[in-house]
Amino acid sequence: MTKFFHSIWVIAYREFLHFIQDRMRMISSFSMPILFLVIFGAGFGKLIGQMMPGVDYLQFMYPGILAMTVLMTSIMSGVSIVWDREFGFLKEVLVSPLNRSGILLGKAAGAIGIAIMQGIIMLVVAPIIGVSLSWGIVLALIPLIIILSMSMSALGLLIGARMRSQQGFQITMQLVIFPMMFLSGIFFPLTGVATWMEILSKINPVTYGIDAIRQVFLGTEAAGVTIFGHTMGIWESALLVTAVGVVLLLGAIWAFNRQE
Amino acid sequence: MEVIESKNLVKKFGKLEAVKGVSFEVQEGEIFGFLGPNGAGKTTTINMLCTLLAPTAGEAIVNGFNVIKERDQVRGSIGLVFQEPTLDDYLTAEQNLRFHAYAYSIPKKTLEPRMKALLDMVELWDRRKEKIDTYSGGMQRRLEIARGLLHHPKVLFLDEPTLGLDPQTRSRIWNHIHELRKKENLAIFMTTHYMDEAENCDRIAIIDYGKIVALDTPDNLKDAFGGDVVTIKTEDNDKAESLLKEQYNLQAEQENGAIRFTVPHGEEFLPGFVSGFPLCLISIGLHRPTLEDVFLKLTGRAIREQDVDQMQHMKRKMRMRGH
Repeated sequence: MTKFFHSIWVIAYREFLHFIQDRMRMISSFSMPILFLVIFGAGFGKLIGQMMPGVDYLQFMYPGILAMTVLMTSIMSGVSIVWDREFGFLKEVLVSPLNRSGILLGKAAGAIGIAIMQGIIMLVVAPIIGVSLSWGIVLALIPLIIILSMSMSALGLLIGARMRSQQGFQITMQLVIFPMMFLSGIFFPLTGVATWMEILSKINPVTYGIDAIRQVFLGTEAAGVTIFGHTMGIWESALLVTAVGVVLLLGAIWAFNRQE
Repeated sequence: MEVIESKNLVKKFGKLEAVKGVSFEVQEGEIFGFLGPNGAGKTTTINMLCTLLAPTAGEAIVNGFNVIKERDQVRGSIGLVFQEPTLDDYLTAEQNLRFHAYAYSIPKKTLEPRMKALLDMVELWDRRKEKIDTYSGGMQRRLEIARGLLHHPKVLFLDEPTLGLDPQTRSRIWNHIHELRKKENLAIFMTTHYMDEAENCDRIAIIDYGKIVALDTPDNLKDAFGGDVVTIKTEDNDKAESLLKEQYNLQAEQENGAIRFTVPHGEEFLPGFVSGFPLCLISIGLHRPTLEDVFLKLTGRAIREQDVDQMQHMKRKMRMRGH
């Protein structure tokens, strides 16, 4: 058991080292969300105001962008196992006495840690760009970031566990990640969209992760996904995302242990 | 004491049988070489011995542990240097070694002096703070050797350790390997398709189409070849060839205007031959058979090292660009 936790720590440690040492990644983790916020804000600002009277576009967009940052970072950290394989480093890990499941969970733990760091960066930026935050919001956000990151890194790991090439990764990126992102309500509210889109977005687990984060800012009345006439609260959404994450993670561990 | 015992190892990939029942032992402190052309099953055998691949049949014991049932113990007793680089390019040399130390749970107290000694040995101590992407291929390989030794393994596996490296780096890596064997009584299991490098091994297994076709010391392999190679040039090669057959009962071959044949104890054979041969001799040469000669005779083909080198070189170049 000690070895299991030791394995998780060793692998996660390397992920943190990468994040801290990669200046480009640091800069982009700052600049990309701000860029999105400014561009989408300028584009959608009025629209959102019309669709949801009384809701400030910044207060709507900011949680979405925060969730998007977490989502992208986490999936990428998960899929980075493909890079490790392609550049050979995975072999060094696989012939070491580290525990196989520990290796995979270490990757997830690394992703969660990095997502928290990015989340904190985003939260520091918030007051500067005019988003109103309270300590209550911050405290509620951290656990939500953790569970969203956990399930998204699990998805990345499940995709990456058996993948051999980066080309395959590009395809999954386009066929899985982008649709999941666009059909999650990150950029626009999912009220009054076409039925097919509404159905797809309600199957999409990301929707609930984002919704939970958005509810922290806007309250259940303004956000909240309605499914079969029931409006999901923060707790319900969070629980759903966690459950999906655990299942994906178990799947990834299974695939990884079988493969190598 | 045996550190590796392989009993009838078999590996099938679908219908293809890559390794067809390979058996051998490696002793403590021995340099054991696996020699064979590309695709002969060398890397597959290594991967089974180091627990990366499960054998289809047969079994292997490494440092007293079964490679199927006691994988973790096997992993702890071996060091590996693969054909392709397995370093983390984003980290420095020192960080790569530290990661390895954590993974193998090396206590900090032992780690610091060991790291210094190993980096000194491979002459990379001064560059330990630099990122791997600034390292040349030879430096990376040397660092990988140092890393493979950091946890004091009983066996070091080297899969083509000098592939694609320049001659100076190759001889330097060989110096390290000999030094190590002397200092640590470490067994080294290596694969190569460079004939001149195979000479460095204590014993060699020649592997072809997934089977060991010969296993012995380099000298014995050459002795078993049936003597020394004599090359002569005469004024009439055709006549000389038939004379050799009739008078000396020797099977000769013509090649590039010269005649080649094999005799036992060549240096004793030559004086008598020169004074007694009826035709005028233009030149005469004698050499001990090389492993290349042995290999050719056993497998009926030469090892194509050219192709392999170019392929590896290209792969590496693409890696660099991909970054």
